[in-house]
Amino acid sequence: MGTYVLRRLLQMIPVFLGATFLIFYLVLGMPGDPLASMCGERGCDPATAVALRAQFHIGEPLYIQYYEYMKGIVTFDFGETFSRRPVLEVMRDAFPITIRLAVVAFVIEICIGIPLGLLAGLRRGKFFDSSILASTLLIISVPIFVVGFLMQYYLGIKLGWFRPTVSGEAPWNELLLPGIVLGTVSLAYIMRLTRTSVVENFHADYVRTATAKGLPRRRVVTVHLLRNSMIPVVTYLGADIGALMGGAIVTERIFNIKGVGGTLFQAITRGEAPTVVSFVVILVIVYLVFNLLVDLLYAVLDPRIRYA
Amino acid sequence: MPNPTNPAKDVLPSGDYGPATLALDVGSVPGGAPTPDGIGKPRSLWTDAWHDLRRNPMFLVSALLILFLVAVAAFPGLFTGTDPKFCDLGNSAKGAGPGHPLGFNRQGCDIYSRVIFGARASVTVGILVTTGVVIIGGLVGALAAFYGGVLDSLLSRLVDVFFAIPLLLGAIVFLQAFPFRNIWTVVAAIMLLGWPQMSRIMRGSVISVKESDFVTAARALGASDMRILTRHILPNAIAPVIVVATISLGIFIVLEATLSFLGIGLPDSTVSWGGDISDAQSSLRSAPHILLFPSVALSITVLAFMLLGDAVRDALDPKLR
Repeated sequence: MGTYVLRRLLQMIPVFLGATFLIFYLVLGMPGDPLASMCGERGCDPATAVALRAQFHIGEPLYIQYYEYMKGIVTFDFGETFSRRPVLEVMRDAFPITIRLAVVAFVIEICIGIPLGLLAGLRRGKFFDSSILASTLLIISVPIFVVGFLMQYYLGIKLGWFRPTVSGEAPWNELLLPGIVLGTVSLAYIMRLTRTSVVENFHADYVRTATAKGLPRRRVVTVHLLRNSMIPVVTYLGADIGALMGGAIVTERIFNIKGVGGTLFQAITRGEAPTVVSFVVILVIVYLVFNLLVDLLYAVLDPRIRYA
Repeated sequence: MPNPTNPAKDVLPSGDYGPATLALDVGSVPGGAPTPDGIGKPRSLWTDAWHDLRRNPMFLVSALLILFLVAVAAFPGLFTGTDPKFCDLGNSAKGAGPGHPLGFNRQGCDIYSRVIFGARASVTVGILVTTGVVIIGGLVGALAAFYGGVLDSLLSRLVDVFFAIPLLLGAIVFLQAFPFRNIWTVVAAIMLLGWPQMSRIMRGSVISVKESDFVTAARALGASDMRILTRHILPNAIAPVIVVATISLGIFIVLEATLSFLGIGLPDSTVSWGGDISDAQSSLRSAPHILLFPSVALSITVLAFMLLGDAVRDALDPKLR
């Protein structure tokens, strides 16, 4: 177990370096003067230009630029935005909001997706199952921004159940509607995954054994069937956390939320390299850590899996 | 010691596809080559699947729908005589009228004509991205699985690198790096981070086929690596890739629309559903029909590909028979 975790942590290093270098290259290394794309058509004011050149070692080879930038990040020096605000401060504002938003979406996915998927799987071929399959397919097919508009319009404006836009502090109750929108597509996938997995395991030997032992049906379903069916679902959920944090771009835009997605999108369109690279560094770390956690969870769910 | 990192990670959208399930059929003729005697000939995976598909109403409906969409995308002029770019502000946000069955958008352009002409952007991007992703991802995955060892480790780490960046985010950063926008930059942006998934699926599938007896037999007969890979392994390993590719095509179309919605996808001069949906946002309260029609067209297109993917999977997965 210890060796396994160590090996995985070591494997993370090249992936981390590769992914951050890829983004670094896209932001700074593409042909042309990076300052031109960073400052837009008006051009940087001279002070900013000098600061940016110094910060990114522009003019030197890309790998040196990357090395210097990473050296700063290790000491939590993430650089500054164009308005000379430390990126660390920007992140401190944005991440809590998006984490709250992701938690809302995540809780909705788990609390609705898994039970409904389980029920559909247990009633395979029945009306309930077919309607779950059809409705999830429909949800997946409708783009998230259409879902967002419709929910914002009908639930937020027409019925007035929720606030249609989110205020600066983004408290939990205002994030409920955006959280639902953000979680819808994943919710549909979770239902389908749970349903398929339950159907597959329904006739497994251990389920038959548990039933034959005379265990109550509730126990057979929850402890034996559901637990063993969770592996693909947990895999999806683990990958989804990263996607929820970084992919909230659309949702945050619709509901005017100043979280990671909103800030990041603004930074990308402005070409604000320090902000973009720093945010992506954090997102990649989040993705890698949750991936490892998911792999460790497998052994909890299925004791047959051992780590060596 | 099962390595827990590999098996479950290739979670697909509708996720119930295990590459291993295909191994059941590898005993039949690879690639569905015809056998000399017609009677009692072993049916290959593909003939079997085709046999099933023809009787599946879901397949027929989605295939017809896709054929129709491709026709609309290729020859939009056959379906409407109105110029999608002819706009008269006097008609702004008007409802349906004679010759204009879906009404007008905020700029006073005919919505029906824009919905028809918008199909081309979505269908083209979807098909191009899927083709590219299958070729690149398939190649990387097949090579990694076939040769194994150091090459496998290297390629798998490369795949991990691209996997670690969220698809939408990577595409936005990529698009922003170009001073211009057109359909090719959008295709390249989605492909850049879309291929790793195909690669993982292909790798898993090839690994499960590689150990089959017919591969050993071909090797014993002196077949070259190239021949074994292209004639024996690929035809038997490609099924899961095709299933995921069909479903992903729908996802890529959504992604293109999302990029256009964010204003960094296709240029404004290209008629696209994503762009039109984005424009309709501001008039949602006063004229919801402007948002409705491009959204419905987009959703139906995505749905058609998802249904097709589901049908193909059901046909190719022997476990469900």
